[in-house]
Amino acid sequence: MLNLSALLYVLLGLISAPLMLGVINRTKAICGGRTGQPLLQVYYDVVKLLRKDVVYSRTTTWIFRVGPMMALGGLITALLILPCGGAPAAFKFSGDFVLLFALIGIGRFFTILAALDTGSSFEGMGASRDALYSGLTEPVLFAVLITLARITGELSLSSVFANISPLLWSSSAAVLILVAVIIFVLLLTENSRIPVDDPNTHLELTMIHEVMVLDHSGPDFGFILFGSALKMWIFSALLIGAIMPVHTGNALIDGALFLGGMLLTAVTVGLVESTMARLRLLLVPRMLVGATAIAAVCIFLTLK
Amino acid sequence: MNLNNFLIPALILIPLLSGVAALLMRSDVPRRILLVTAATIHSLLTFLAEGAPPLFNNWLALDALGRLFLCITSFLFLIVSIYSIGYLARERKAEKDVRFDFESSSILSNGPESLLTACLLFFLTAMTLVCVSNHLGLLWVAIEATTLASAPMIYFHRRRQSLEAAWKYLLICSIGIALALFGNFLLAVSTATLSGGETELLLDDLLLLAPQFQPLWLKAAFIFLLVGYGTKMGLAPLHTWLPDAHSESPSLVSALLSGALLNCAFLGILRSQQILIAAGFASFGQELLIIFGLVSMGLAATFILHQTNFKRMLAYSSVEHMGILALGVGLGGAGVFGSLFHAINHSLTKAMLFLTAGNIIMKLHTKSTLEVRGLSHSLPVSGALWMAGFLAITGSPPFGTFLSEFTILKAAIEQGHYAIAIGYALILAVIFIVMASIVLRMVQGKPLDGQEAPYESEPWLSVAPPIALFGLVLMLGLYIPPFLQRLLVEATRQLGGAL
Amino acid sequence: MNDLIFVLLILTGFVFLGSGRLQFAIRTLALQGILLGLIPLLGNWQGLWGRVLSIATISLVIKGLVLPYFLTRAMHKSKVMHEDHPFVGFTASMLVGIICLGASFWLASRLPVIASMPSQIAVAVSFFYLFVGLFVIMSRRKALTQVLGYLVLENGAYIFGVAYAIEAPFLVELGVLLDVFVAVFVMGIIIFHISKSFDHIDTDQLSTLVG
Repeated sequence: MLNLSALLYVLLGLISAPLMLGVINRTKAICGGRTGQPLLQVYYDVVKLLRKDVVYSRTTTWIFRVGPMMALGGLITALLILPCGGAPAAFKFSGDFVLLFALIGIGRFFTILAALDTGSSFEGMGASRDALYSGLTEPVLFAVLITLARITGELSLSSVFANISPLLWSSSAAVLILVAVIIFVLLLTENSRIPVDDPNTHLELTMIHEVMVLDHSGPDFGFILFGSALKMWIFSALLIGAIMPVHTGNALIDGALFLGGMLLTAVTVGLVESTMARLRLLLVPRMLVGATAIAAVCIFLTLK
Repeated sequence: MNLNNFLIPALILIPLLSGVAALLMRSDVPRRILLVTAATIHSLLTFLAEGAPPLFNNWLALDALGRLFLCITSFLFLIVSIYSIGYLARERKAEKDVRFDFESSSILSNGPESLLTACLLFFLTAMTLVCVSNHLGLLWVAIEATTLASAPMIYFHRRRQSLEAAWKYLLICSIGIALALFGNFLLAVSTATLSGGETELLLDDLLLLAPQFQPLWLKAAFIFLLVGYGTKMGLAPLHTWLPDAHSESPSLVSALLSGALLNCAFLGILRSQQILIAAGFASFGQELLIIFGLVSMGLAATFILHQTNFKRMLAYSSVEHMGILALGVGLGGAGVFGSLFHAINHSLTKAMLFLTAGNIIMKLHTKSTLEVRGLSHSLPVSGALWMAGFLAITGSPPFGTFLSEFTILKAAIEQGHYAIAIGYALILAVIFIVMASIVLRMVQGKPLDGQEAPYESEPWLSVAPPIALFGLVLMLGLYIPPFLQRLLVEATRQLGGAL
Repeated sequence: MNDLIFVLLILTGFVFLGSGRLQFAIRTLALQGILLGLIPLLGNWQGLWGRVLSIATISLVIKGLVLPYFLTRAMHKSKVMHEDHPFVGFTASMLVGIICLGASFWLASRLPVIASMPSQIAVAVSFFYLFVGLFVIMSRRKALTQVLGYLVLENGAYIFGVAYAIEAPFLVELGVLLDVFVAVFVMGIIIFHISKSFDHIDTDQLSTLVG
């Protein structure tokens, strides 16, 4: 149940998650012909924010103060269940992926509550959009995990990822490719990346995630920033875990492969962000339903 | 005896080449003569075609069933072509005056007459091909060809409504054809379990090997073929193109569509049923046919209720009679004989009704039942024909339709399907009542203003064909000529029925 | 590997359901045609390679190049580029597509397995295209989109043909023949007439004949 060596991976996640965001930003900058921010910029931002003072609006209640902490807490707990590469997670049990999604969901829930708590229609608008998209992505996430569970025959996330082998690839190549595509799309959606949302935008019409957290300041915002880095880490780990075909027994090699995969994911996200434009707001649900359709295809393929 | 080898190719090539020639001909009168000549030769050859041997590796063959439908088609085409001389001449004359079409609020114009004549001949070619095909794939191509050949004819009167009708016709019938293609492929798959691998879709081979086919695939294939060809035949609920297409096209085209085309689509279904019977699943097909038959009849009865367009009324009547045909074959036994006999009767009667309707429209310039009164005064001959035709189509004695419909009723009762028999009789009664109210109101009474002036006596070219058809229907009710009897019995036996 | 082509076919079906821009839908149809042309090459047909290659080439050329070209021309002639207000919205269409996919997998599971299959899911994909084609014909307004839906319906029948019935001579060519004649010549001409006569190709407004 409890796997102490996996705590190393948890530590690794806590330390290197912001680095992923840095890699994404650097990739975008390179594609744009700029030098861009330093790779460690997100660390500097978080530290800067932690040292600042916090300002609370008079219309907010304790929910607003608690929100960022709950979000970060949920995400850090999720790290304990997240398997990295082929290595098992700190806690593994049957059906642990449900808990994983629930923890991410708690984070999202409290962020939305905090946004609504401000009483501003601006944040409310962002919250409603985010709720819509997450409503569309949750079933897809579950469908993906069900598919993976069916083809590997395991119910625990760690075991599922450990069972992704070249043998599995040769028999269910189509399904695994589709699963990878879906997880990637969900990654882009949940982390508010282009084509779903522009992390650099400040225009009312185009913000989704940014506007939800507009009112947070100081350490609260630092928590949110760190939380978003952790979320990116978690989803990338899910992606790498689902498709990594090779698990040598060696912890070092596996770890190196895992980190390499994460790096690759970050670069891919950066490339996607650089080459695509943001989808019209009305088309995002269509894209998400498209992801649902692909997930349905996966399920039907594995039901045979 | 070698000449017999050329019968089938001649039956196909003569209309085909005449059609091409008609396209190229510039002057009207020679073209019309060509049409009638080709039709006459075709009918003569059909009559002689009893001894025609199969050709091209058995792809083309004329069995009793095919011969029956070929006779109906060819004869009907001959009559219609004679009618067309007068019709086309009048249309040509009317084109010289600028006419305003109140229905569509536009200047009335027609398509080129050469196109109509050519399409008529191509249509005949395609229908002949349907009747002589022994290969199910070729049958399918031929039915597809009939759709393509008849679509331009529907759009002969260049009106918005006819364009809409032609579009619906093309779309829905093409969907049916695609479903039938699905059915053909499923049929090919069902033969894959044979020891020799898949076999060609030749009817004779299929009938022989049918018991070895994979049953589920065969049944699935039948369903698709039934729905696909049923769309083309006008079985409800796939009939939605029929009222529009049959009411918007020129009357002689409607006569052919109702009288010949629907039968050819029925032939496609009959071939599929033959295979099912040979495989031992006759009851599966029969149940489906009974259901479709009754639904078509019921739906037709419902829609005839408030018809204000008498050509649409005739079109729904066609849907009803197609339902009767399906019901008859679905009942099996003597019902099959009744159904095949009814095919003949219905074709002749419906063609006669459409030609008469054409005469009425030509003189009174309206398709509405509300605007036609006192036909017996304004158009005595057409009025009489209209009345007599109504009696014939609703199955009154002593016409042939009575005999065939009664045979089907008898078969239903003999087999113990009392509910079906009651429903069948009830729907026929309802349709009789409804059509009676419409037709009687049109024929009796005083003509409306503008219609009383006694027209010049109707040209014999317009009334002789309907009268001839009427005479035949009357005769068939009293006496079936022996060659026809033989043909019907043989065809019935092919479908597993008996008299 | 065989499965991959059929999965791609399913995906193109969904893309077709969700596309409102006609040019994009035509391109999707072209992609379907190319994939269909590749299917014959998957099976192992001993001794039939000449026929298989010719069928593959014909399908590729006609379904992948010729038909999309004519459809694009019809599109430009009738000046319709977008399906604006279909009866069933695009997102809802994709959800219906999921239901159709489930139904087709269920139907395919009811039919016994035939040995010479290039893939386990060929039958299901074929039924899926059947349903998608019928649904698009029923739920769209523009005549051109209905023609595209009809072509998808035919592609469904064609999957069956190239997957199973290649040995039966001429049967598969019939499917291609259908494509050529119906979609290109006749419907193209009709659409041209409709757009000239009505100034639009909104079949929703072709409803004067009722009852």
